[in-house]
Amino acid sequence: MTISDLKQTVPDSVKPKINWSRIEEADDFAKTVKLFRQGKYDEDSFRRYRLQHGAYGTRMTSDYAMVRIKLPAGEIYPDQIEKISQLSEQYSIGSAHFSTRENIQLHWVILEDVSEIFRGLSEVGLTSREACGNSVRNVMCSPLSGVCPAEEFDSTPYALATARFFLRNPMAQNLPRKFKFNFTCCEKHGMVRMVDVGLIPQIREIDGLSQRGFKIFLGGGLGNRSFVGHQLEDFTPEEDLLYTSIAVMRIFDRLGDRKNLARNRMRYLVNDMGWDKFQNLVFKERAVVRATQSVITQLEVDKTPNVIKRPIQISNENGGETIPDGYARWLKTNTVKQTQEDYRSVFLTLEAGDITASQLHGLSDIIRNFSSEGMARSGFEQNLALRYVHEDDLPRLYSKLIEIGLAKSGALTMTAPIGCSGTTSCNLALTNSHRLAKEIQRKFLELKLDEDDDLSDASIKISGCPNSCAQHGIATLGFFGGGGRVGKDMYANYQMSIGGRSDGDTMLGQTLLRIPAKRIIPVILKVIEIFKANKKSDDTLKSWIHRVVNGNEDSEIKSLADIKKILEPLVIPPTIEEDPDFYLDYGSDTSYHTKTGKGECAA
Amino acid sequence: MCCLTDSGKITTDVDTLRSEIRDKSVRVIDVRREVDYKQDHISTAVNLPLANLLSDDSPERVLKLVNSMGIDDETPVVVYDDTFGALASRVAWTLEYLGHSDVTLLETTYSHWKSLGLENDSALPEVQTREHSMKLHPEILATSDYLESAKTRDDVILIDNRERLNFLEQHIPGAISLPYRTLASNDKILRSKEDMKRLLDNRGITGDSEIITYCGSVGTLSGLAYYALKSAGLPNAKLYVRSFKEWKNLEKPTEKQEDANYWDLSAE
Ligand code: HEM
Ligand code: SF4
Repeated sequence: MTISDLKQTVPDSVKPKINWSRIEEADDFAKTVKLFRQGKYDEDSFRRYRLQHGAYGTRMTSDYAMVRIKLPAGEIYPDQIEKISQLSEQYSIGSAHFSTRENIQLHWVILEDVSEIFRGLSEVGLTSREACGNSVRNVMCSPLSGVCPAEEFDSTPYALATARFFLRNPMAQNLPRKFKFNFTCCEKHGMVRMVDVGLIPQIREIDGLSQRGFKIFLGGGLGNRSFVGHQLEDFTPEEDLLYTSIAVMRIFDRLGDRKNLARNRMRYLVNDMGWDKFQNLVFKERAVVRATQSVITQLEVDKTPNVIKRPIQISNENGGETIPDGYARWLKTNTVKQTQEDYRSVFLTLEAGDITASQLHGLSDIIRNFSSEGMARSGFEQNLALRYVHEDDLPRLYSKLIEIGLAKSGALTMTAPIGCSGTTSCNLALTNSHRLAKEIQRKFLELKLDEDDDLSDASIKISGCPNSCAQHGIATLGFFGGGGRVGKDMYANYQMSIGGRSDGDTMLGQTLLRIPAKRIIPVILKVIEIFKANKKSDDTLKSWIHRVVNGNEDSEIKSLADIKKILEPLVIPPTIEEDPDFYLDYGSDTSYHTKTGKGECAA
Repeated sequence: MCCLTDSGKITTDVDTLRSEIRDKSVRVIDVRREVDYKQDHISTAVNLPLANLLSDDSPERVLKLVNSMGIDDETPVVVYDDTFGALASRVAWTLEYLGHSDVTLLETTYSHWKSLGLENDSALPEVQTREHSMKLHPEILATSDYLESAKTRDDVILIDNRERLNFLEQHIPGAISLPYRTLASNDKILRSKEDMKRLLDNRGITGDSEIITYCGSVGTLSGLAYYALKSAGLPNAKLYVRSFKEWKNLEKPTEKQEDANYWDLSAE
């Protein structure tokens, strides 16, 4: 036995460029929890403090917290993944959760252990600071920024610089409410109109010189009431990026509603004031900011390109590699070609964002061995992308992913629904949206719906209550949970909306009808059937629904009312004697009832 | 007060064990399965598969096993496994219960030992039978009856070392959750003393409280916790060695986290 038999050679880990953590915050948190438990810290201030540090409350208990770890611009490095794997086993439930805003969440953490998680995170440069509370939340960036064929330049360094500027910045510690930035690559891949500040990179020729800048959208957002963001001006040059951000935040800080918690996101301010007035205020405030910054404040944008280096492959022992079954399907539904020749970005299909500790552990080595940029990027869909994978390495990557159970197909199709945490952990949840998303995925993959090109650009998003954390308003088929009732018997019920989208034609879905949880799968299949019967040859489900919603469809189906009529017979509740299972929510074997605790969204 | 070794040592580090093996001053026990042991093991180690011990762990039988492994009252013993120290802990605790005072855990697992390229072979050592005495230490054992009465006292802390989801689903009323994974650090079966103290201190597990640990079935994960507590300088620990399996079979009361579908958050 020699040492070389024992140690598999794995390429060195690429190290993160930015350390987001502060170890002192771990000690401080531990101390504060103790004081709180001893009654020396009142409930409200403690909650504010806890949220500012990225720890949420948990359903029906004050013993546990959820820790939301920020991944600015979505970047995550192999050593960080390995650490999160370990932390999830030590302090959480042995799984971690990728969210829709490029955070990783650890649930059911004992409040007294939160500081130990902070300590672990600081070993790998991560933080959960300002992941919750009234602060600048994780700054997102498209997982395709830098590799997207349609982008004008890579906005990742700007997203990182923005995150860095506002993290722990005194100006962003006590806003009226949370504040979100989304950077993207192009119109198609971002969600720039559904956020406080959304940015699309643009290059403009001025006197023969090309100048970098952004198209900025302000005041969008989803929730109990949703609004589409407004474009500030034609073109905002990069020097003005920070001034504009500061100006917008100052206006929000000054004028935002601090009393009415249900209406205090910036979109309400924009709506109440009217866009023209708000826009003018931003221009004025920006002029003031520009003039009064004593030193010229600029974002520290690190434009040094990442090193792209294809990891050296240890050739397979037995030479001729056999390509495992399912490869073609996976290649089609989980990967996209990059601008860079010979490279693809590979998306991993998770179930509603969940991933086990051992999968994370396996994944860290896979990233080291296959990604030529040596890291991964989390996406908008509770998923994760490995980029810069060389075309020739894809079959081997697929085999490796099979070994750790992460090779499911359908990541970039309708068969990967989003489900918020719902009754698995959220205090406000009315239904188990999380499990429903998993059930739909399992069923649809079994039916091979991911291979159907007509369905690939549609989406399904499910929230467990009207608060929209799963962003159901921008889904082709969106659902939010509530309770239904027959006599005294209750069942989980969802409001369905249809035709939402978040691209250049951003619009909110239109309310269709209420669907009992246990009827959602048949209803979606019915919608697909109606579409297939009436589509034109080059229609996708998304484009067809778009026509119906806008009253431009000329088949038998002329309007949503026609679809509704066909679906109505499917949603009639049976009696509890006829079908007891109907009255149980997914994942539950006791009768359904709604029960909620105090929500912390507004805190 | 009983202590693991006279020196208060809980684990033996790799270098110390290597020199003790060279000096022939130690009895090393490998608690893995016999097939694994036969393939290779730390040089000079004897094999006591945990399953063999558990088939009958009455003191009389344990005494015979100990004698046949050539251990007398004075023999320093080091136990190891390949299961993050949990199986080794259960064996060490059993020796301690019998009255053997000089038993420690190897600080790391066998895989790690091997990956460092340290001495291992497949040779079976020659062992001379010895005579060990029997001085039982009931103060490190908790039975279900004892636990029931102890639980009513407020200076007793009950620790559940199973994974968090199992704890949420069902546990002994009043227990606190400290999953066994929390006890280790990267390559070591136990965290450093300072790290362990901080973790326990945050949880209010301090001072002179009597602490009882339990896990799912046979006292392995909780055995590791028993040693973790001692390593942090909390001597007053007991192992509920028949653990939750017995508790449930006896149909004693249990508690759960209500109104939440936490299992559906798991990716298993
Ligand atoms: C009235 C209360 C709440 C409102 C109005 C609200 C609203 C929202 C909205 C609109 C999003 C969409 C993401 C985006 O803005 O791009 C979101 C994300 C999210 N929310 Fe909530 N939320 C509330 C409470 C909660 C609570 C109590 C929890 C559970 C502890 C929760 C968990 C999440 C999660 C996991 C996300 C995913 C995105 C992330 O990583 O930030 N929300 N929330
Ligand atoms: S949508 Fe409702 S149930 Fe889902 S996470 Fe948000 S607040 Fe909770």
